[in-house]
Amino acid sequence: MTDNRRYPITTGMRTQPTLSKRLRKSIPYYVLVALPLIYLLLFKYYPMLGVQIAFRDFKVRGGIWQSPWVGFEHFSVFFQSPTSWMIISNTLILSLYYLAASFPIPIVLAICLNECRSSKFRKFTQMITYMPYFISTVVLVSMIIQFTDISTGLFNQILTSFGGQAVNFMGTAGYFRTLYVWTGVWQTMGYSAIVYLAALTGVPVELYEAAKVDGASKFRRITNIDIPYIAPTIITLFILNTGSILSIGFEKIYLMQNSINTPVSEVISTYVYKIGVLQFNYSYSTAVGLFNSVVNLIMILIVNTVSDRIGKVSVL
Amino acid sequence: MTASNKAIDNKKNYYKELHKKNRIRDTKSDIVFDCISMFFLVLAVVIVAYPLIYVVSSSLSSTDAVMAGRVWLLPVEFSLSAYETTFKYDSIMTGYLNSIIYTISGTLVSLFLTTLCAYCLAKKDFYGRKTVGFLVLFTMLFNAGLVPNYLLINNTLNWGNTIWALIVPNAMSAWHVILMRSYFQNSIPEDLFEASDIDGCSVYRQLVSIALPLSGPILAVIALYTAVGIWNGYFDALIYINDKTMFPLQLVLRNILILNSMDMTTSVDLREMASRQGMYNLLKYAVIVVSSLPLLIMYPFVQKYFVKGIMVGSVKG
Repeated sequence: MTDNRRYPITTGMRTQPTLSKRLRKSIPYYVLVALPLIYLLLFKYYPMLGVQIAFRDFKVRGGIWQSPWVGFEHFSVFFQSPTSWMIISNTLILSLYYLAASFPIPIVLAICLNECRSSKFRKFTQMITYMPYFISTVVLVSMIIQFTDISTGLFNQILTSFGGQAVNFMGTAGYFRTLYVWTGVWQTMGYSAIVYLAALTGVPVELYEAAKVDGASKFRRITNIDIPYIAPTIITLFILNTGSILSIGFEKIYLMQNSINTPVSEVISTYVYKIGVLQFNYSYSTAVGLFNSVVNLIMILIVNTVSDRIGKVSVL
Repeated sequence: MTASNKAIDNKKNYYKELHKKNRIRDTKSDIVFDCISMFFLVLAVVIVAYPLIYVVSSSLSSTDAVMAGRVWLLPVEFSLSAYETTFKYDSIMTGYLNSIIYTISGTLVSLFLTTLCAYCLAKKDFYGRKTVGFLVLFTMLFNAGLVPNYLLINNTLNWGNTIWALIVPNAMSAWHVILMRSYFQNSIPEDLFEASDIDGCSVYRQLVSIALPLSGPILAVIALYTAVGIWNGYFDALIYINDKTMFPLQLVLRNILILNSMDMTTSVDLREMASRQGMYNLLKYAVIVVSSLPLLIMYPFVQKYFVKGIMVGSVKG
């Protein structure tokens, strides 16, 4: 009876050190991790306590701890106002449009690069397409404004030289999304392609060989070997992207905003900034921001679970 | 990039050999496919490069040529007047200097915190590693939002109009910690640490004498990502800095390039307005070039590190 319970005696089997021993051994690590830990607690977790002002009526004198509780009042004000649905739908439309445009193009670019036979041209293409990633948002937006200028802008010069009418792109609300999304694609496609290209180099040569012997065309090799092979990478990036679906970048939108396009360009992040930092409406702004963060968290958990179940790919 | 390119090249050479040996020819559909993929690449290069070339060319052309739309690819009526005016702008130069200071100090703070945290997370004998790891990871999933952070930095810590507001609050990114941890775990042999352990080497010594000397590439990658992020960002400065002498370059640029674009309309004389507007227009192109210059100069040298960084990151996924 007792024999069954006993562990087999093997060489190199170590007993688990006691807790105090392990703690004592970890002391140097606690010294090293102290500063990062203080940083995390102060700059990442302390503000999470500050989130409670979403349920309070923030007064400067009371601070985040003493201001009176108001429950879900700020949330109900937000959801009952017509602006809330406008900015939520603006945010969703803009991010989905952006995702739809910016997600597939780098994959196509990476596949084309992978098929490119001249290594010089491949390096050259990578270098050029990667370059805009380094341009700052301010410069990018000012380039957009310059290029879309009604009289001297490049776009309108091209349009008019083909006999078209000059268009005031920045002064027409309808063009805002297109400009935002496609300049974003322009800026990031080379950068995003690198991840896929790295994944593609891992495809075992034997697979191509076998496919070739079986008479598969290049196109078939891509759809049946390359794409399945990089699918985990694609799914991982997809999860990360959907997680931030409501927190679409503030910097670029805020710079592109003008009085004409605000009906389509006002998104959650710009709204939170204007209400909170510019109009000092701290509690209300925190409530809107909290709604945003919670939706993001739920989204990423859902997508992660689904992809874990179906494709066995999980980020978390 | 070198690594991935080498891998592709090896594969291609292998194919060439295979083709020679087995006399497998590309079919017609494959040739069509190659043409299409080539076309896409050329298209991508043209679309990306043309606006950049256009900006540089315009900045080097005369006001008239730009206004009349005669610049298409190369500079027309070469002139440096826009650059002369740019360098006379005090605020641009101050912004430049500020940005350099913020970028360097911010990168150092960031590297320091990230290395410490990543190193501890990489070591298995650190009791409490999972807890700290979770604390780091969770910041990727949930953040408090703008206002609580703003209240902490502006009101509680009173860091408005100080350099600290720009370099400390975002110093340690969870993503960078994870990148670096996986580098420590995967690229530095465990045996080195074990051997030094037996020799009685302390944990601090292991970090300084074993881990750090071997992690040049990852340190370079994270330094570069952080530096570019700080150099290009304007949001933190927008909310925490009011003092104009402390503005980083991007905020100065925003005022010149995006906000002031309406100033010209106040002029009454139409002709004067046109020439001023023309100069202003030209000036913008020059400012764009000048502000992007440090990155453009660095670009060829650091490019491969950036690519490496993404590859290290993709190991996990």
